[in-house]
Amino acid sequence: MKSETAEDIKKHVRVYVAVFVALAALTLITVGASTLQVSTGVHIAIALLIAAVKGSLVASYFMHLISEKKVIFGVLIFTVFFFAGLLFLPVSDLSLHSSMKNVP
Amino acid sequence: MEEIPYTATARPDTGVYNAKLGTWLFLASEVMLFGALFSSYILLRVGAAEWPHGADILSVPIGTFNTLVLIASSVTMVMSWASLKMNDFRKYKIFMGLTILLALVFLVVKTFEYNDKFSHHLFPGTSTFLAIYFTLTGLHALHIIGGVIVNSYFWGPGRRMWKTEPERFTNRVEVAGLYWHFVDLVWIFLFPVLYLL
Repeated sequence: MKSETAEDIKKHVRVYVAVFVALAALTLITVGASTLQVSTGVHIAIALLIAAVKGSLVASYFMHLISEKKVIFGVLIFTVFFFAGLLFLPVSDLSLHSSMKNVP
Repeated sequence: MEEIPYTATARPDTGVYNAKLGTWLFLASEVMLFGALFSSYILLRVGAAEWPHGADILSVPIGTFNTLVLIASSVTMVMSWASLKMNDFRKYKIFMGLTILLALVFLVVKTFEYNDKFSHHLFPGTSTFLAIYFTLTGLHALHIIGGVIVNSYFWGPGRRMWKTEPERFTNRVEVAGLYWHFVDLVWIFLFPVLYLL
């Protein structure tokens, strides 16, 4: 994050309050959306989409990623790559096993 | 004794002070820890013949309340750092104190939730859902306790550094905040996954 003056920080404080309101509203929207009469797949998609938006707000503004240095993004790119592998490799293995159920 | 380098100023080659890079690397390892557990959750859920709806076992209003409490604590945490940046130590004390208080409220509510489950004979060994619920929320609660310890130090005895090295102290609060926001971020995903889906 760039070195900022007290005046810059005062402007940020207004943003922090706005982000808080957005996060609280999105939390209530998540709960409301969970009562919709839709399939489980749609429920999961909606909940994870809202959670991703909330997570992005926290990371961007509270963790200052919106104005962070390149080296931090370098760390995050590696993290995202391995995290995705951790999530999707077991799932792809599971789908492989389920497709092999009918193999004699 | 040799001084620790780049505690207050940015290191020229990275552009950030050392504690910030170190904390982000630590958070990367934390992502892998929780990522492994989320991956386990997906495997268990996909592989299960039946999976209960979280709202049938857990209290959504209590979970929602705790989510709001944790979000509020993230705001007070970043406000405590902003107060130091604005040279207002009195406000720092108030916001950091509120952060600790909100974290304790979260833990107390979680304790009541756990007690309620135990009183209904719902234990980690009762079902796969409860096993992953207690594992994920238990590990998260341990992270909250860790955050409370660190933040209490900066609110209490650790605050003396403000008088001698204000820049370094502000950076310490910033990296403690990075950890705290990460803990909030994890809960943002845990809440819908466990309580609503």
